[in-house]
Amino acid sequence: MIWIAIRMLTGDAQKFYGLVFGIAFSTLLITQQLTIFVNLIERGASGVYNVSSADVWVMDPVSRTTDVAYAMPSTALDKVRGVPGVEWAVPHLRAQASVRTKDGDLEGVAVIGVDDATLIGLPKAMVEGSPDVLSQPDSVIIDDVGTTRMFPDQSPIGERLELNDQRAVVRGIADAIPSFTSTVVLYTKYSRALNFVPGTRNRLSFVLVGAEDPAQAKALSERIERETGLKAQTRDEFARDGVQFIIENTGIPLNFGITVALGFIVGVAIVGLTFSLFIRDNIKQFGALKAIGVTNRKIRRMVIAQAGLVGITGYGLGVLGTIAFIWSFSANPTFKGFYIPWQIPLISLAAVALILALTGWLALRNVLKTEPAAVFR
Amino acid sequence: MGRMLDTSAIGGCKPDSAICTRGVTRDFTAGQQTITVLHGIDLDIRAGEMTFLVGESGSGKTTLISIMCGILWPTLGEVKVFGTDIYDLDDTALVEFRLNNIGFIFQQYNLIPSIDAASNAAVPLIAQGMDRHEARERAVEMMAKLNIRDQADKLPSQLSGGQQQRVAIARALVHEPRLVVCDEPTAALDAASGRRVMDLLREVAVAEDRACIIVTHDNRVFDLADRILMLEDGKIIHDGSEMPEDH
Repeated sequence: MIWIAIRMLTGDAQKFYGLVFGIAFSTLLITQQLTIFVNLIERGASGVYNVSSADVWVMDPVSRTTDVAYAMPSTALDKVRGVPGVEWAVPHLRAQASVRTKDGDLEGVAVIGVDDATLIGLPKAMVEGSPDVLSQPDSVIIDDVGTTRMFPDQSPIGERLELNDQRAVVRGIADAIPSFTSTVVLYTKYSRALNFVPGTRNRLSFVLVGAEDPAQAKALSERIERETGLKAQTRDEFARDGVQFIIENTGIPLNFGITVALGFIVGVAIVGLTFSLFIRDNIKQFGALKAIGVTNRKIRRMVIAQAGLVGITGYGLGVLGTIAFIWSFSANPTFKGFYIPWQIPLISLAAVALILALTGWLALRNVLKTEPAAVFR
Repeated sequence: MGRMLDTSAIGGCKPDSAICTRGVTRDFTAGQQTITVLHGIDLDIRAGEMTFLVGESGSGKTTLISIMCGILWPTLGEVKVFGTDIYDLDDTALVEFRLNNIGFIFQQYNLIPSIDAASNAAVPLIAQGMDRHEARERAVEMMAKLNIRDQADKLPSQLSGGQQQRVAIARALVHEPRLVVCDEPTAALDAASGRRVMDLLREVAVAEDRACIIVTHDNRVFDLADRILMLEDGKIIHDGSEMPEDH
């Protein structure tokens, strides 16, 4: 009977495709929007992920994220270095600046000052050049998002910039995770960054710490807090706080939430309507089957098989559509590093199952309510 | 719909009865009004005969045939089909009974449009759990008896009305039921096709151990009946081998 159910469904190509489209569209909308949402809010932690060597981030107690930080006096660095369990501690500066390109365009950039001696604070990989280029005069390394944005049709290597009214030369391209706002990032040595970014007496944004025992990073962060009065967080804690900051301070969760809800509602509407039409068009056949002697249990199985086929096909197409979307935009720096967390296809699968359970139940109700005697009327 | 039957109406069924109804009454409720469509029908239908159930629209013949084949509960009375009190069975058992013992031929054929003729004819066997390919082979054999073997692979939409009705007959007979119930089998056919279908039905559906009941309006085929039962206002007003002279 399952074979008959499947043939009944696929035989009506228009409705079958309508049902599959409804599920595929819902799956695509839910999966794609959730994927973008998760990847976007994870950008809130990109500043932390780009510095993979730091076990603990130390900051002023009011600082919240890599981008929302209150500068500390330079003595903080020595305080941190004096805490037992700290293998190394280096200064880290993050500030906003303006760049004027040679074409006269103005661009807001983030300047990151990394430790002069060790260059800790740079992303792990380079797209072009090596970290050593920072030893050269006025040298800065641009991130790959910045390259696309500021030098779309040319190599930035050797290009001179007017960075806060001072000369800077791009000598390398870093392979970095873009920030939440995809701001252009320029990396330079800490000492040079102090010149590029004028400001108040206190300029030290963070102290990056390497633990003697990385497994004890949590205990070390607590010890640093106790002994220095500064705020110290492990890499994972600080990354989580960056994500949380975006969730709490932007309308993004609400906007994406609305789109996901719309995906669900559109799915219910399209699939519900088409399924009802399909059942209505086949009600005589179902009535005849019931009269002939097909039990309600078998009828239920038939409708479940039909819903299952629609669900599997539509869901598969929807997930493939999301993969195609992510793949086709992977070259775009805005979508750089985007991936589909395994939980998201499971969430959309649950949503599809719910849509089909709801619409299938409504459709099945009509079939089960049909009296076999109706076929004689 | 009341499921509690008044068994006080039961009388003795004749030993050779394929179908026996005693005191079958059926009420329908429309708003606050209750309409009695059948008034205590007592009937014995024998196997090996082609029995026609005739009457004006609204006389109760469709209601009676629905009750006799186990798809509509009577308000009162008892129905035995080959000795089984079908309304004493639970829901599942009644459905199984229909599947194994009754073949249906509907006025509008009710074939499944997206499967071919042979698969349509095989539906009762598939519903009984037989392997689909084996069921289809059996259906093709039955179609061969009905001279439509060459139409086996066609979809219902590719068949004429007469051919579709033959497929419906094949579906009704493929599982060798003991009771065949036909609802206006010639209503959607022209005179010649209708006659051919009825001739064929008489040839293949009537058997010694099988009862065949046909609801029809079509007076062109009355001569094929072994027995004609005429209903009027929910009562049997004629029972004979021919139509009464005033009709």
